[in-house]
Amino acid sequence: MDNLLEKRKGKFEKLRVLREQQRNGGNDAASDLAADIREKEKTMPELFVECPACHKEFTKRHLRDNLYVCPECGYHYGMPPEKRIVALCDEGSFKRFRYHFPEIDPLEFEGYREKKADLREKTRQDEAVLTGVGKIEGKKAVIAVMNSKFLMGSMGIQLGETVTLAVEYAEKHNLPLIIFTASGGARMQEGILSLMQMAKTSTAIERFQKKGGLYIAYFTHPTTGGVSASFAGLGDITLAEPKALVGFAGPRVIEQTIGQKLPEGFQRSEYLEEHGFVDQIVPRSKMRQVISQILTLHQK
Amino acid sequence: MEEIDSRIDEILAQGKKPGPMDKVLLARHPKRPKINQYIDYLFTNFFEQKGDFLGKEDGSIFGGIALFHGMPVTVLGHRKGNDLQENIACNFGMPGPEGYRKALRMMTQAEKFGRPIITFIDTPGAYPGIEAEMYGQSQAIARNLAAMSSMQVPIIAIVTGEGSSGGALAIGVANKVFMLEHAVYSILSPEGFSSILWNDASRKEEASEVMKLTADDLLKFGVIDEIIPEPIGGAHRAPTIVFERIDQLLCRELKTLCAKSGSELARSRYQKFRTMDEQFRVME
Ligand SMILES: [Zn+2]
Repeated sequence: MDNLLEKRKGKFEKLRVLREQQRNGGNDAASDLAADIREKEKTMPELFVECPACHKEFTKRHLRDNLYVCPECGYHYGMPPEKRIVALCDEGSFKRFRYHFPEIDPLEFEGYREKKADLREKTRQDEAVLTGVGKIEGKKAVIAVMNSKFLMGSMGIQLGETVTLAVEYAEKHNLPLIIFTASGGARMQEGILSLMQMAKTSTAIERFQKKGGLYIAYFTHPTTGGVSASFAGLGDITLAEPKALVGFAGPRVIEQTIGQKLPEGFQRSEYLEEHGFVDQIVPRSKMRQVISQILTLHQK
Repeated sequence: MEEIDSRIDEILAQGKKPGPMDKVLLARHPKRPKINQYIDYLFTNFFEQKGDFLGKEDGSIFGGIALFHGMPVTVLGHRKGNDLQENIACNFGMPGPEGYRKALRMMTQAEKFGRPIITFIDTPGAYPGIEAEMYGQSQAIARNLAAMSSMQVPIIAIVTGEGSSGGALAIGVANKVFMLEHAVYSILSPEGFSSILWNDASRKEEASEVMKLTADDLLKFGVIDEIIPEPIGGAHRAPTIVFERIDQLLCRELKTLCAKSGSELARSRYQKFRTMDEQFRVME
């Protein structure tokens, strides 16, 4: 295993050099290196990952095939939004909503534009949420999936607007709405206007629900701050993935405020279930089945 | 005399204006007018309503039913308390979920009886504690945001001191939002902002500049509708001037808002928050 780790380190180092060279305009040597790495990857042994919960090892492919859930202990890894859509929707049924936004930077906050540009390149997502319309066992629904890997899934203007537009689409077309939440809270870099996204999204959900719309909120790890205290907290049906951290204040802030350690399992899905704030904890393996069941129960 | 007062006097003596951090300190000034003073001065026949009727009472939200120039209204806001004992009793104006549910109970009743709602915002934020989380802080705030958005009565919010985080907004989804000249309204405190983004809480002064949290900034952003001027040196130096101005403002606004139908009020409130950020997100 140590040997394997060394090999991986070596590969990452080469990739880092390669990226640097590409930034500096690239050269023939760099493309040779890229081809070299691709060739090596074919013959390289499978990459192993260790489960942070049970410390068992298994291949990355095994993990992917198992919806990013540890096959040994059921630990839920973060799941890339596109992969979740694939796992949830009927094949080929999902149509992604695309919008054009200008570069949003109301505070003209130093380094913010660069950080977003960098993340857009790395994640190939333009914001921390992906929205669209798809079918789940034949039943059409509007789906939004948040991505905690993009600036911690924080809510700024673009994210708030994208979610709001999805809600309005569901309202206009009389469709159920499913939101997979994952967020560290408000997008600090956008100041007060990120706070106002809480009002905007909640207002949209309220109008949608008053017109009879069904909204399923599905908490994934982590869902905190301004997102948990706005649209995430308003589901007609609220589901949660096992052991997801869900709460208003982050655990560290609470510990600092009260000056004591937090109890084991605090703010986790199971804790919320115990205190009456989720309908059910639904593991990813049952995600499609349970959502389909709820949609069936709400068919008009 | 408070340290901040001498600092402000110095600034004024130099012919300058207080900066963002001065305003943060003024907004937190222990002598700054508090909710009970606003209610005493502006309303008559005040009847306090306590409790969330779900098993808890939260002193950090204070309010009830009162008359405003003879018209029944529901009035509520954050309560910080006037001395240390009171501060502790009302948790320094940091509500738990029971506080937001108490506020929602009052507002829902206001809607039932057709009373306009007036809220006073002055909080360091919603309380980050074990019980607050256990009883659903997030859910309570979210519910208030949603419920306020569709209410069929006029809602007016006034940011009088610190308007910090979702804990402030949870009673701030109003048809009209006003702000005292030296009040601040922000996503979190400058201390929190600098420690999260720069990992250094001591850069709070710099954070206060960057965050755009003053009434002037928020007016430009369209987050507030109007600034209520304060007497020289801050509201605490001549509170009655501020009370008088708010009185006139409420008379004017209630006259306009009460002429509208319930659905019109809900629709225009929706529009307000739907379009607030338009200047930043629409392609040119
Ligand atoms: Zn495991």
